[in-house]
Amino acid sequence: MANNILVVAEHFQGNVTDITFELLGKGRELARALGGNLGVALLGHDVAGLVTALGAADVVYTADRAELREFTPDAYAAVLGNAIGQASPRVVLLGSTSVGLDLLSLLSARLELPCVDNCVALNTQDGELVATCQIYGGKLFAEVRLPQQTTLVAVAPGMFPAEAGRVTRNPQIVYLPEVAAAPGPRMSFRRWIEPPPGDVDITKVPILVAIGRGIQSADNVPQAEALAEALGGAVCGSRPVIDQAWLPKTRQVGKSGMTVKSKLYLALGISGAPEHVEGMRGAELIVAINTDPRAPIFSVAHYGVVADLFDILPPLSEEIKARQG
Amino acid sequence: MGTMRPQITPEKTDPVFPEIAQIPELFRTCIQCGVCSGSCPMGEVMDFTPRKAAKMIADGRAEEVVSSNTPWLCVACHTCQVRCPSQLLIPDGLFPALRSAVMAEGKPMEQDLQKALQNTYLYGNPMGQSPRKRAEWTKTAGVPVPIISQIKRPVDVLWIVECYPSFEPRNQEISRKLARILNALGVDFAILGHEERCIGDCEWLAGERGLYEMLIERNIEILSKYRFKEIIVTDPHAYRTLLNAYPILGGAYKVKHFAPFLAERLGQLKPLFKKKLNATVTYHDSCCLGRKTGHYDEPRTLLQAIPGVKLAEMIQSRESSLCCGGGATTIYLDRFIQERAKDRLADRRVQQAVATKAEVLAVACPYEPSRFEDAVKVTGNEEKLVVRDIIELLAESMGLE
Amino acid sequence: MKIAVLAKQVPDLVEGVEIDASGKAVDPTSIRYILSELDDHALEQALLLKERSQARVEVFSLETGEARETLFAALAKGADRVVMVQSGQESPPDNHTTAKLFASVLQGSAFELIFTGVRALDDLDGSLGGLLAGYLGLPYVGLVRKVELAGDQGKAIVEKEYPGGYAAELEVELPAVLGIQAAEQPPRYVPVSRLRQVMKTGNVEEQAASLPSAPPLEIERLYKPEEGKGATMLSGSPEEVARQIANILSERRLLR
Repeated sequence: MANNILVVAEHFQGNVTDITFELLGKGRELARALGGNLGVALLGHDVAGLVTALGAADVVYTADRAELREFTPDAYAAVLGNAIGQASPRVVLLGSTSVGLDLLSLLSARLELPCVDNCVALNTQDGELVATCQIYGGKLFAEVRLPQQTTLVAVAPGMFPAEAGRVTRNPQIVYLPEVAAAPGPRMSFRRWIEPPPGDVDITKVPILVAIGRGIQSADNVPQAEALAEALGGAVCGSRPVIDQAWLPKTRQVGKSGMTVKSKLYLALGISGAPEHVEGMRGAELIVAINTDPRAPIFSVAHYGVVADLFDILPPLSEEIKARQG
Repeated sequence: MGTMRPQITPEKTDPVFPEIAQIPELFRTCIQCGVCSGSCPMGEVMDFTPRKAAKMIADGRAEEVVSSNTPWLCVACHTCQVRCPSQLLIPDGLFPALRSAVMAEGKPMEQDLQKALQNTYLYGNPMGQSPRKRAEWTKTAGVPVPIISQIKRPVDVLWIVECYPSFEPRNQEISRKLARILNALGVDFAILGHEERCIGDCEWLAGERGLYEMLIERNIEILSKYRFKEIIVTDPHAYRTLLNAYPILGGAYKVKHFAPFLAERLGQLKPLFKKKLNATVTYHDSCCLGRKTGHYDEPRTLLQAIPGVKLAEMIQSRESSLCCGGGATTIYLDRFIQERAKDRLADRRVQQAVATKAEVLAVACPYEPSRFEDAVKVTGNEEKLVVRDIIELLAESMGLE
Repeated sequence: MKIAVLAKQVPDLVEGVEIDASGKAVDPTSIRYILSELDDHALEQALLLKERSQARVEVFSLETGEARETLFAALAKGADRVVMVQSGQESPPDNHTTAKLFASVLQGSAFELIFTGVRALDDLDGSLGGLLAGYLGLPYVGLVRKVELAGDQGKAIVEKEYPGGYAAELEVELPAVLGIQAAEQPPRYVPVSRLRQVMKTGNVEEQAASLPSAPPLEIERLYKPEEGKGATMLSGSPEEVARQIANILSERRLLR
């Protein structure tokens, strides 16, 4: 085992996903600290064009074959086993995602390597590696000293900056050989199921702009939608807004609607009645704007502003657009 | 109308939780008059109205009723039950039997209700809060709220606070104010605190017999540890269950809702009123305090005793009062009911309140403040009407806010 | 067709969790246990397949927490057989240990499908289903929200969840392990009276198994995040406030 880091890349619809860049940025930092190199495993079909996007790595281990076009746990795990063997890393970094979660456990068992999940921080301490993992629904953090052998680490998306991993360069390429089909292909990808058009599942949207009675009329909803779009998120609402049919039922947050745990919940003109708070108190960052300083939303929000949302919306939209460039 | 018919009495054995198979016999005296269906606020949207459902079950077509939307549309307002010429138990008997049958068949249940029942089984309250936090609200009451297991002595009054008044923020405020009022009156009281569990009205209406029995058995056991002269309750749902159902399972207590309890002490209260409220108030008779237990006058007596309060009656009041639509079980069926109803009962009720030109809608049930406040916003009446529990109005006039 | 469901007890967060004196483990006396939510979904999915295809459902649980009541509830819901696996372990072991234990219990047992929740809230070392599949040499798919049998029950067609509302439809040869994210309908309710009845008349089998050794992860420290007491209030002109909010979003890496 060398002091290398190996990142398992993910891509979707022809693009490398953010989690990959987050892991590459972190991987670069760890590789430097440990004095090893940074490798990235890229599996798929017709993915040669993605290699330069992975320039943060020193070496790309790639397998480009028809049967790897879409992710299937079996086939990917078999090839990655080989990549891990070649890269001999100290740590394998995966995303705690639809792809990484399956691979983490399969590889850990098949290769008899230790693994940790839900990692939110990973640092070197006196030459050893310490992972901080979030468990118990976010109520506890565990600091784990990684064992002295190749360890698989699944990292929660959004914990490390993606910019640190976006480097365009031509890394060294190593082609992974075909793995002798041991038990043969036992699963195959059939098709993608797309979300119904125009119908957003707000429980899966990381950025939510939530509107309450304070939005006052259906005519004002587009302002909130514009802000949501600028932020790359979606609009949702409290029950009165849905009852008025200013938003469809699928956008309702609260007791008889959805429960969301978004990364950002921007509550505009929402008083914070318990039936609503029940559906959003788990959001990671709650920012509330309300004219009433005693609105209950302020006891569950992280940041609050006592103001008319219509005074704040325009300058806020401007700021966001300016920063998104 | 307005005649108060005897409801469940301790002499009637086991009226609650008939099985569907027992309904034909229990409803033998149904004369198919249709007063129930005609009175039902949800009758128009039920697949089968109560009258039809009773007939179908008697005719061996129970399965059709069980699979329809009927079991879950009853809001348990009891208008049918108080008017039924044969004194049949409809929300207290027919609907629990129907709901019980749905559950027994393993059919999918409205998720909010399922969660509420599961939470009550695990934690003794439908919100899923730890029972250890049941007395948290007392910490900012500003007056001592003794917990009977800690003071270890008999008390005059055991106050059963119930789930919503213990855990729901809007209602916690009301609980604190009642604590201050009791304190000002020098009442010797205590609460159960973390030993308190749901009294069981929700489980009765929902048809969850096993959980209902489990709660009552456990509560009777807890109550038997302590000595008290009477029980007072904030929640009319708990009040009527303690009054009507507990004696059947071995727990007979002297129970009062806070309205009659405070009304008895009007002589002591009057000198404590400091502030004139100068408001026209319309009082909403909640189903449990009104139709189910007949306390139409005491809440009005209390309100009229407050200086500066003038009462106005809504078009549907006392026995014909319109349910807020959010009773013990119904609140968890909101999504189901709203998808089928043509308007929300609470909205309709708020419009009736606004029509009286009153400035305050007074209530005496923990499910009502949030519900009506929501309806006030939705109907655009924020400038015209505020919602206050009687306790809040009393406390305001007594300077106990 | 036989389906095995693995049910795990996890700490009930409603009751809170305390860290013990060593600061490296949870205080077991502070914990109340309940069935892991996604394992309830796994059981529900198995029961749905039983209803659709006359499959037989058997539920296995380690003897920790309220496992006995959970197994009775499974019987009440329609499971054909429930087994309490006794390994002499007092507190729930980590997933590697559990997976190796179940691998030995289930080895050669002819289950076409093994379901378990794709994750549990106390997971630190990967997911049980994936590990079990690895040890048994079986195919595995996680984050499954739909399962249909095909090819005369020699295969399963599953839907695997991805972000943004997308899902992948995969065909999997049986036998296989599936990590369930959501059953096709919410887990059914067991009326308390039925549960009580089953507790009197039902049978929970007991099976002894020896606890395998698996080197545990070295936890240096367990700690709780800091709690705030209400919102940090921002003030200033609308432009200033807008700037402050944008800064906060930027710091949290919420701006693209």
